[in-house]
Amino acid sequence: MSQDSTAKTVGVATGICLFCSLFVSVAAVKLKPLQVANQKLDKVKNILQVANLADTVGKSEYMALYKERILPVLVELSSGEKVTEFDEVLDPNNFDIQAVSNMPDYSRALDAETDIAGIRRQPLHMIVYQLLNNNSVEKLILPIYGKGLWSTLYGFLAIEKDLKTVSGITFYQHGETPGLGGEVDNPNWKGGWQGKRAFDDAGGVIIQVIKGKVIPGSPDADHQIDGLSGATLTTRGVDNLVQFWLGENGYGPYLKQLREAR
Amino acid sequence: MSAYRKALLDPVFNNNPIGLQMLGICSALAVTTKLETAVVMSLSVIFVTACASFAVSVIRNHMPSSIRILAQMAIIASLVILADQFLKAFVYDVSKQLSVFVGLIITNCIVLGRTEGFALKNPPLLSFIDGIGNGLGYSVVLIIVATIRELFGSGRLFGITVFKLTTDGGWYPANGLMLLAPSAFILIGLFIWAVRTWKPEQVED
Repeated sequence: MSQDSTAKTVGVATGICLFCSLFVSVAAVKLKPLQVANQKLDKVKNILQVANLADTVGKSEYMALYKERILPVLVELSSGEKVTEFDEVLDPNNFDIQAVSNMPDYSRALDAETDIAGIRRQPLHMIVYQLLNNNSVEKLILPIYGKGLWSTLYGFLAIEKDLKTVSGITFYQHGETPGLGGEVDNPNWKGGWQGKRAFDDAGGVIIQVIKGKVIPGSPDADHQIDGLSGATLTTRGVDNLVQFWLGENGYGPYLKQLREAR
Repeated sequence: MSAYRKALLDPVFNNNPIGLQMLGICSALAVTTKLETAVVMSLSVIFVTACASFAVSVIRNHMPSSIRILAQMAIIASLVILADQFLKAFVYDVSKQLSVFVGLIITNCIVLGRTEGFALKNPPLLSFIDGIGNGLGYSVVLIIVATIRELFGSGRLFGITVFKLTTDGGWYPANGLMLLAPSAFILIGLFIWAVRTWKPEQVED
């Protein structure tokens, strides 16, 4: 049989394809459990980090600590109500923001005016993580996300139990320029959020990420955060997404209910 | 022996895929802001070039010339997916930073360049070594560029602080240019200049 006959060509092609697909599928199937575990652990690690708990234990104990102290709660954003009955999509253990916001039945499109975070579609429900201490809620950990310069930033914002003070912020996924916008990962900058006031007494959002540095001692210093130098657009993106998620279209109704309930 | 040695060492300086052949520059810009990502990327590329060259060489006598490129791409793509899956399973943090660039090894001209230009005409073991050599040549440039960029751009090496930055209360003001893609172009340019000064026979007329 000649090297370039049709039969030989088809035969070799089929052989290569079969062989390659066998390899790839075996690897994908065998490694899947490890990868899923990694993704879950990564998320758990970030939740613990924003709650300031990650440093208290080693990596192997993250899962146990998470199960002990963190209670995920499903919240309907428009009403602020807790939802206790849910289907598989909304199950707090598998809730995937990216997937849910693409499902027409579980999300809504945002118009340009409300969509300051640049996310286009928003899930109707979100998971709020409560940090428990002897059965009372110590902190609320709110998932937040929005557009920066190059990428969508995904993260968590933690609020103290007074429902006004920020306890921490972290971003677990983003593609901002390392060293500039990527400094959202800088522990010093993240530390600057701690203790800042997110809401005024009437429940209005007052926290702001400003361009440049906060002037110490100024009357606004208690609710302003330093901008990232050299990263105007990432700074603006972070400011916008925090405004959005703490506001009326985000967790506003939920937080309002909690304030009224006490 | 000498043929193997030549296949392994030649691509590192004498015939460097980035420096002389100007292949694979795209990813060299993208993953070199940190040493850690550069090292993992280098290892992945070495794995893919070596295994792809080996596999192509094994079936080189049965390769129909009409679908030659397609067949090579299928092999390369499978190996890249394999590498990506392994990174996701074992070094999740790094694979998150490398994101799409692991997948883009498929389009790294070095891999197809070696299977097409070398493995199709040479026996498997020699091709395998040639793949490692070219992967190493790529790695050398990547690691040199990443060392300079991470050190001067963020004052760190492998994430460990070497120069304390002014933003953290130290003395070193970070050089933001080092973290942007153009700096990698400049550094690769300087690398090529240095190598050609050392080995003038590489200079083109």
